[in-house]
Amino acid sequence: MWRPHSCGAAVAGMVVALLLQAIPAAAQSPVRTPPSAAAAAAAGDATRGEQLYQSRCGACHSLDANRVGPRHRNVFGRRVAAVPDFHYSAALRKRTFTWDAATLDRWLENPGALVPGTTMGFRVSSAQDRADIIAYLRDHSAPSSP
Amino acid sequence: MSVVGKDLQMRRQLVRGSATVLTAAGITALLGARGAALAQKRTGNAGQDVGVLNAAIALEHEGIAAYTIAAGSGLLQPAVVKIGVTFRGHHQRHRDELIKVVTALGGKPAAAKSDAEYATALNAAALKNQTDVLRLALKLERGAANAYLGLIPSLATADRHQLVARMAGDEAFHAAILGNALGDPIPTDGLMFGA
Ligand code: HEC
Repeated sequence: MWRPHSCGAAVAGMVVALLLQAIPAAAQSPVRTPPSAAAAAAAGDATRGEQLYQSRCGACHSLDANRVGPRHRNVFGRRVAAVPDFHYSAALRKRTFTWDAATLDRWLENPGALVPGTTMGFRVSSAQDRADIIAYLRDHSAPSSP
Repeated sequence: MSVVGKDLQMRRQLVRGSATVLTAAGITALLGARGAALAQKRTGNAGQDVGVLNAAIALEHEGIAAYTIAAGSGLLQPAVVKIGVTFRGHHQRHRDELIKVVTALGGKPAAAKSDAEYATALNAAALKNQTDVLRLALKLERGAANAYLGLIPSLATADRHQLVARMAGDEAFHAAILGNALGDPIPTDGLMFGA
């Protein structure tokens, strides 16, 4: 068990881990690079998207709870700003489009460019990462849900 | 000079420097889009930044509550509680700095919800032991480091870039300590946050 006051033990543990190299590289790095970014971008890899969602969006969003941002289950195919008990910005509430692959991609690339005045400022610069995150959100949206 | 000091100074300069200090909308009416772009540049895009920084305040409120909930959970060893309370102090400092900036920009800082609401949103009832608590804290801290780094391009001034980058540094520090406590391996590749 880790003891916060015992740095020596912690460092020794790290050194042992380094020496043993017991953990495969894939497990150490939460994000792997797909072989063909262009090919995968079209479909998006929902498994990688889940890891990205946890690490990039997880400070502000969850699938089932409103936090800094609204809950995300069923967001794909839903009208913008439609979670009833979330307090959206006036800028987002005014809009009427539907979240699909294209609108989500533009949003994640630069929310303030798609919806000036939005309170979400977080950007995802890699197109592949956006495609993977969108695939994850689509996987957690029922086709017929509101 | 502090971030807030600079913003204040900028606002004073705006007020002093020109008899045509109007809202962005007013300038649009007079000069068209070019005037509005100019106005945005001069105010450091205050409107958009207030919203984005208020989301950051909301994130800090949640982080502060998470550590309060964890400290009171009875699941943590005393030494771990002590670290959590120290980390909470860092988040309180972040909150206070962000509130200063939002206020200086003329915004109304986002208010905190109750700890009970945060406990529900974070599903605190599912936490059964110290490892569960540390895992949640790590997830939030890693997410916060990434969140701050991802906000940088949306903010208009170097002062604000630097403030959120400094906070990202603190969150990364927290994540490293928590990852070590959990025995997680050190990531093999550099640039581990913010991509
Ligand atoms: C710093 C906090 C923060 C981070 C990080 C963040 N968001 Fe947001 N998000 C928000 C806020 C705040 C809103 C509400 C915006 C508004 O009302 O203008 C929002 C709104 C959204 C919406 C609109 C939902 C709806 O109901 O219309 C989507 C989609 C979204 N975020 C996706 C994401 C994804 C995907 C990520 C990760 C890549 C992410 N966000 C990261 C804060 C954040």
